[in-house]
Amino acid sequence: MTPAIILSDALGGQLINLCAAIMLLLGFAMLAQRRILSLINLFMLQGAVLFTSTVIVAYTTHQSHLYWSAGLTLTLKVIALPYILHRLIRKLSVKWDVETILNIPTTMLVGIALVVVAFNVAQPISQLSGTIMRATIGIALACVLLSFLMMITRSKAVPQVIAFLAMENGLFFAATSATYGMPMVVELGIALDVMVGMVIFGVFFFQIRQQFDSLDIRHMERIKEE
Amino acid sequence: MSRLALIDWVLITALIWLALGIAGVFLAHRFTVISRVLFPLGAINSLVLAILSLVGLVSEMQELILPIGLPGLPFHLRLDALTSFFLFLLGAASAGISIYAAGYFRKSQSSVLGLQCLLYHAFLASMSFVLLANDGYAFMVAWETMALSSFFLVTAEHRHPEIRRAGYLYLLIAHIGSVAILLSFGLMAGSTGDYTFDAMRQFADGAFWRTTAFLLALVGFGAKAGILPLHVWLPEAHPAAPSPVSAMMSGVMLKTAIYGLLRVGFDLLHAHTWWWGLLLLLVGLATALFGVVFSAVQTDMKRLLAYSSIENIGLITLGMGLTLIFRAFGMTGFASLALTATLYHCLNHAFFKSLLFLSTGSVLHATGERNLGKLGGLIHQMPWVAWLALIGVLASAGLPPLNGFVSEWLLLQSFLFTPEVPHGYLNMLLPVFAAAIALIAALAGFTMVKFFGVVFLGQPREEKLAQARDASRLSRLGLLWLAAGCVLLGLMPNVIVSLLDPVMQLLIGFGRQLDARPENWLFLAPFYEERASYSPIIFFCGIVAMTLVSWLAVRRYFHSRAKRVPPWDCGFPLQTGRMQDTSEGYSQPIRRIFSPFFKRTRQHPSPFDAEPRYLSIVEDPFWYWLYLPVAWIVEQGTRVVDFLQRGRIAIYLLYSFATLITLLVLTRG
Repeated sequence: MTPAIILSDALGGQLINLCAAIMLLLGFAMLAQRRILSLINLFMLQGAVLFTSTVIVAYTTHQSHLYWSAGLTLTLKVIALPYILHRLIRKLSVKWDVETILNIPTTMLVGIALVVVAFNVAQPISQLSGTIMRATIGIALACVLLSFLMMITRSKAVPQVIAFLAMENGLFFAATSATYGMPMVVELGIALDVMVGMVIFGVFFFQIRQQFDSLDIRHMERIKEE
Repeated sequence: MSRLALIDWVLITALIWLALGIAGVFLAHRFTVISRVLFPLGAINSLVLAILSLVGLVSEMQELILPIGLPGLPFHLRLDALTSFFLFLLGAASAGISIYAAGYFRKSQSSVLGLQCLLYHAFLASMSFVLLANDGYAFMVAWETMALSSFFLVTAEHRHPEIRRAGYLYLLIAHIGSVAILLSFGLMAGSTGDYTFDAMRQFADGAFWRTTAFLLALVGFGAKAGILPLHVWLPEAHPAAPSPVSAMMSGVMLKTAIYGLLRVGFDLLHAHTWWWGLLLLLVGLATALFGVVFSAVQTDMKRLLAYSSIENIGLITLGMGLTLIFRAFGMTGFASLALTATLYHCLNHAFFKSLLFLSTGSVLHATGERNLGKLGGLIHQMPWVAWLALIGVLASAGLPPLNGFVSEWLLLQSFLFTPEVPHGYLNMLLPVFAAAIALIAALAGFTMVKFFGVVFLGQPREEKLAQARDASRLSRLGLLWLAAGCVLLGLMPNVIVSLLDPVMQLLIGFGRQLDARPENWLFLAPFYEERASYSPIIFFCGIVAMTLVSWLAVRRYFHSRAKRVPPWDCGFPLQTGRMQDTSEGYSQPIRRIFSPFFKRTRQHPSPFDAEPRYLSIVEDPFWYWLYLPVAWIVEQGTRVVDFLQRGRIAIYLLYSFATLITLLVLTRG
């Protein structure tokens, strides 16, 4: 073992931890954000962080297939999806997410509780995992749960979709941190899923708005069968 | 290029059907091409399949593995004698039905014609895949394709709520059946995890599991065949479907269920338990009796035929049960006699019931009426349909020299051998079944007299019937083919019986039970000629000679010229068409005698009513005994679950969220 590699390993670990911290921070920021435009930007930023961390893992561990995953992340989550979302909200001309079901401070408190739960739950997995990123599994899980929480508390369709995509980010992060990424086939499949999901949501938005003149999904309660 | 084996050719015919169907979608707007080219081509393809399967009956068993489907789960196909026999049934009957359909859809300008062409041919192809399948996976795929394509054919006119209802009922019961079949396959494959039929043949778990597998198969295939109490979809779905489709479903699709039961019971499970046979006899008897009594009181001609199909399926089940009993006691000769009667009846029913359904299709097409109370006297307007339907009616009533008689006679003959069964109670019980079969045959005759008499004879009951036109040429050809089948199957029993021999070898391991040697071509005799024998040709010649003699005698000795009078007016001058005997009136004694079978609602007008209305509705009591209670239980159950359904996405998400957290915490602990 040459000192250079050891140094690189240690530095890599540090950098990944930094990325993980930023991911978590962004997760909370999204939870607190009410403006849709900022939400999309935060989502893009989260994608960029995810890309950086994947590249670092790929570089320090010499897992060449992770570069592919990183490339996918970059094209899909940093470029394609934010672009589509921007276009969508321009077309739909929605800027504000007026109200959430829970108010923001309460949501943040619940979020903190979730992070504690996530760390607690992730502990045995981290001990099993032999990767250099094992400390970040808890954070990845926390990201997933925070996005889930966001999906529950938002009442408009667009933020919900962003939350859904952010949850996928968290899952991806969890996968890279626990096992250096999933097999390529699975990743490709998920990327395709996200793409298709996006298209469907796009169609769906317009349909909802046509039906109810609003993107408020609470209107959907009306279509429940009595 | 290596020569293609027989099974490859059979496979190619199935693929041609699929190709014809897909062509129909692409030519959806060229109606004449679909009806004039695609359907007749399908009929020719059916004929080819029938010929190929005749070769298949006498050649060696062939197997084929198709590398399609899921990875590691290829389709196994096998062409053996049993498959060949049912493929023959499919090909021969569908040839007539397809050519009829070409004429039936001739005038159709509807944009769904292309889709119907696809579904119809997919239905045919899936049936041949059901018969060819040699593993549970391929079988289920084909079985479900069959159920779905026929469902969409039934609901072709989905704008009528009652047709949607019929289709839903059909799909529901088909699914219950599929689940039962799947479970049965699962049980048989359970010990090895291998779903090929070859592996299932080795299934040797205890008697309990074998019985469970058999009972599940009985429920599953019974649901498709219309065995009591899963018969309720038949009288709903058959009238809803277009007539060629009803003919196909009743004539052929029900037989695939019989095939399935034979395959699982005899081939895969090697049934040797006598009480399975008794069970089949009991359900078969109940089904047949129920079917015939209900068909006798129907007032809708297609429902009448649907109930009559239930009756025939009951008879076939009776035959299978008897075969099982004989086989369980090692009496292989008698077993193969009973099985011959069963399979023969399958073939006969495919012909005469298709013929009758197609005739009702022509009547419906010409008059727009299904209600027997509004038909009558159509033999003058539609002589072709009427005379060909007469052949179907006579065959269905089991009269010699037509085909229905041969199989019923063979079935009764095999019941006459039951005193040799070495089991005391069965010995006492089995003659009762034989007597019941005689009763059923008589009632079937009654029903058929009613059907033919009310539709074709007498005077027209409505004005518009005078405008009815006979079937088109292609349709006539289809009817003629099926009628010729009824006659030939009746006149050449020895040929058919010797063709069935390989099936007996396969399922029973014993053939040549009937005295059907080539040198004895004139007489059909089970075992001993001294005991009973039947020669349809001599009988036929006798009938022709008698008719000729009486006709000549009448011509010679009748003193004055013949004059034409209105039929059925009893010589009473003021009689109108509405005063003739009706189907309700004719079947009134049956309604009286078998009243415990029915759930009746009646409303008699008072004698002083200025506008009297008579109402009599006969309903299936199984609705009230079985289906409505089950539906009620399901509904109550869903009410309990209903409070979870709040219709808010946030709440649904919360459910998954809570589940996720709980699971995470649980795995942590």
